[in-house]
Amino acid sequence: MEISISVNGTDRRSNVEPRTLLVHYLRENLGLTGTHVGCDTGYCGACTVIVDGRTVKSCTMLAVQADGRAVQTIEGVANGEELHPVQEGFWERHGLQCGFCTPGMIMSSIALLEKNDNPSEDEIRHGIEGNLCRCTGYHNIVRSVQYAGAKMRGEEPQGASQEVTS
Amino acid sequence: MSTTSVMGGIVRRKEDPSLIQGKGNYVDDIKRRGELAAAFVRSPFAAATVSSIDTSAALELDGVHAVYTAEDVRHLGLNPAQVAVGTLRPFLADGVVYHVGEAVAMVVADNRYVAQDAADLVYVDYEPGDAVVDLKEAFADASQVHDGESNTLLTWSGHAWWEGVVELPDPSPGIQEAKERDDTVVVSLEMVNQRLIPTAIEPRAVLADWNSGYGSVELWSSSQIPHALAGAIGVIFGIPSNKVRVVAPEVGGGFGLKLNVYPDETLVCFASKQLGRPVRWTETRREAGFASIQGRGWIGTATITGTKEGKILGYELDAICDMGAYSQNFTVAIPLLGLFVAPGQYDIPTSYALHCVVTNTPTTDAYRGAGRPEAAYYLERIIDAYAREIGMDPADVRKANYWKSDQFPVTTAVGMTMDSGDYEANLDALLDRAGYEELKARRDAARSEGRLLGVGLSSYVEVCGFGPSALAGLGFSWGGYGLPTSFNGSGVVRVQPDGTCTVTIGTGPSGQSHETTWAQIVADGLGIPMENIEVQHGDSLDSPMGVGTFGSRSIAVDGTATYEATNRVREKAATIAGHLLEAAPEDIRFEDGSAHVAGSPDRTVAWAQIAESAYQPHTLPEGMEGGLESSVVFSPPNATWPFGSHLALVEVDPETGDVDLLEYWATDDCGNVINPMIVDGQLHGGIAQGVAQALFEEAIYDEMGNLLTASLVDYPLPAAGNLPMFSLDRTVTPSDVNPLGVKGIGEAGTIGAAQTIVNAVVDAVSHLGVKHIDMPLRPKRVWQAIEDARN
Repeated sequence: MEISISVNGTDRRSNVEPRTLLVHYLRENLGLTGTHVGCDTGYCGACTVIVDGRTVKSCTMLAVQADGRAVQTIEGVANGEELHPVQEGFWERHGLQCGFCTPGMIMSSIALLEKNDNPSEDEIRHGIEGNLCRCTGYHNIVRSVQYAGAKMRGEEPQGASQEVTS
Repeated sequence: MSTTSVMGGIVRRKEDPSLIQGKGNYVDDIKRRGELAAAFVRSPFAAATVSSIDTSAALELDGVHAVYTAEDVRHLGLNPAQVAVGTLRPFLADGVVYHVGEAVAMVVADNRYVAQDAADLVYVDYEPGDAVVDLKEAFADASQVHDGESNTLLTWSGHAWWEGVVELPDPSPGIQEAKERDDTVVVSLEMVNQRLIPTAIEPRAVLADWNSGYGSVELWSSSQIPHALAGAIGVIFGIPSNKVRVVAPEVGGGFGLKLNVYPDETLVCFASKQLGRPVRWTETRREAGFASIQGRGWIGTATITGTKEGKILGYELDAICDMGAYSQNFTVAIPLLGLFVAPGQYDIPTSYALHCVVTNTPTTDAYRGAGRPEAAYYLERIIDAYAREIGMDPADVRKANYWKSDQFPVTTAVGMTMDSGDYEANLDALLDRAGYEELKARRDAARSEGRLLGVGLSSYVEVCGFGPSALAGLGFSWGGYGLPTSFNGSGVVRVQPDGTCTVTIGTGPSGQSHETTWAQIVADGLGIPMENIEVQHGDSLDSPMGVGTFGSRSIAVDGTATYEATNRVREKAATIAGHLLEAAPEDIRFEDGSAHVAGSPDRTVAWAQIAESAYQPHTLPEGMEGGLESSVVFSPPNATWPFGSHLALVEVDPETGDVDLLEYWATDDCGNVINPMIVDGQLHGGIAQGVAQALFEEAIYDEMGNLLTASLVDYPLPAAGNLPMFSLDRTVTPSDVNPLGVKGIGEAGTIGAAQTIVNAVVDAVSHLGVKHIDMPLRPKRVWQAIEDARN
């Protein structure tokens, strides 16, 4: 089937098998391998992308369902050389280890902060609940999102890369 | 060791810029021209004979290139990287299947969609038999998993395993006598340490490209052990190891599950050789429950005999350990690792019997901690039960039995020599910081209001940093196929002609931040800025011979090799700089990207100039060899022994049994720390996996051997909302078995956590009469325990 999708601001026209998953379309047809596949039930969130402003697990959506829509992937998050505040937050606060869940986690965090740029810890934890991370225990992911929220509010992020615990 | 701001400092990770932009290359991201995709036909039965396989319909499907069965690969023999105990796993099931999900055939097709379609068209006739799934029944040996072989492969008991390597004390002096005394108590609990599915978020993935012209193969694999894999592939196909390039690129989490040489790694090489095209396979999440190893799976009885004043006179552990259907890489060695730390931090007589038993389930092997979380769980749970029995504070019981700091190095009741420790100071630091006395008061006050708060404590000691070559002398693991079996570490440091630096190491990360940490070691030693140092890893031909990343071994072993290589490069560079600056080498200092003469900061020469000279030998001092690099292999005299203390505060809902983890404190000691941010990150993730075992995760099989929890829907990994922030601190007791004084931190959090949580939950409900609840402590189980105790 012929489909036309705006991917990271560029119109892409392709001919795909109707059963092609959006995630495989992005990875195999477009070579955008930043979106990962970590499960087959929509639970892990590694494949999270933003479609028309809302997060979607791209392993549970067919490419043909994205026809005529705007898809943003991790590759379209930075502004040229300039990292998105969420990317910066994950770097500054050690919000990733193996990095495999990270693109999906960043997409969900962006969607969360665009709705609410000053979330409480609980709101952050709830907002990224659809994304599983096996490495970090979420501790530093929460801190990364807090960092990014501050940046997006135009404030200086609090705290250091490593917390001083008491 | 010199101390500058780089070593021991917080440095942003070198790994991150690519990963946060989706530009990291994991195996499934790598494309080869003309590549094909594989899919597997897997057994729906746990025990069956395979009477026929009909591949004709699959082969007729457009886009299918081949379907392979056991017949096609029998000539390859067996994977040599498996423990030679019990029945070994064939590459494809050969007439018999021993667990659900065992691969019976492999299909190769144009892409993964067609491959899966074709796999569904392979018709296999099975004659099902009776599956042996229940671990106690398997141990009773009423029916056998493998015909004619006892289900018990071996029992780690006494000290036969270590005979001839070290002289051992009697492992259980006086325990029986102590039991018979009038003034002692005997406390015993049977406890399950349930099976877990390690679940790295990146499923395993492989891609092989066999080049018959070169007579060589390239294999990309999401592996923790590229060198071992390359050695095994060479042996299997009868080609020299220098014709096998295994590359482990970005690895999306390992946790031990990628520490195996798996059949699929051989099979894609075979298919690529046969078809003359690259062949890939990427595991699905559901397949990961069958095609990769699982962990834990013990049922054991722990017993403490002690005085009423808290002196432990004997610790006994008798456990049945589930090996699954086949021995693989370490399998039976996992309980042995637990045995190494069976007496924990304590000077206590210890007796043990760990029975390695097969069942009709997928293989178990190393999962984060690998035997050591199980050992810590049994010991620290029963110490709590003993403390409760004699009415003593569990912290005081622990202190009464710790090895004292001035006794180190100590030889424990199982014959292991521990390098360094200061256990009481570590525990006191934790208790002070968490406000232990206040917490207990808070718990008691809540209890009087009908709320169920619990305070749980655990100590642990870990053995890691493998390690001494003598361990390889055990002779059952990785022996006999020409691999680096002796657990050495390796590092190559090269200063490039432009003054930048390349570090190549024999171990690689699956999230542990090797690139950053190793760059810190080298930056500290050479004064070359972090951004000018690149750390390479994971290529079996281009990296120095390495063993891989597991057992929290990288920093203590390979890190030390790089540290020594750095020292040698600095020494040579000092001679060259001295020659250029007309100064004595011992007066040369390196910092900020250049060398200068001590006391004369204006007499300076940049690294680029030193390197330029090194690569133009006629400019060097008379007789000096050109080049500026060093390669070091390090073999430590002992493993390392990190330790720590963890504390949790939980609240149990008396109506629902729901456990809320309110706060978690940990004070760990991994010796010297190179990057505190990274060390804390390892602890966060490690603790989360221990908490996950305590509260959420369990691999459940029905009586037919079906895995009921193969998807993430049924296997509940903790999400962000299930965990609190972790409050961490550390004590620092350096190791003396390596010059960095480091120990290792990858597994510590996991080893300390599960029993901390269970101790806290049992503490919350013990006054109701509950003595123990088996993990995972899901609401129904906790509620039931409360109900049972009340009635």
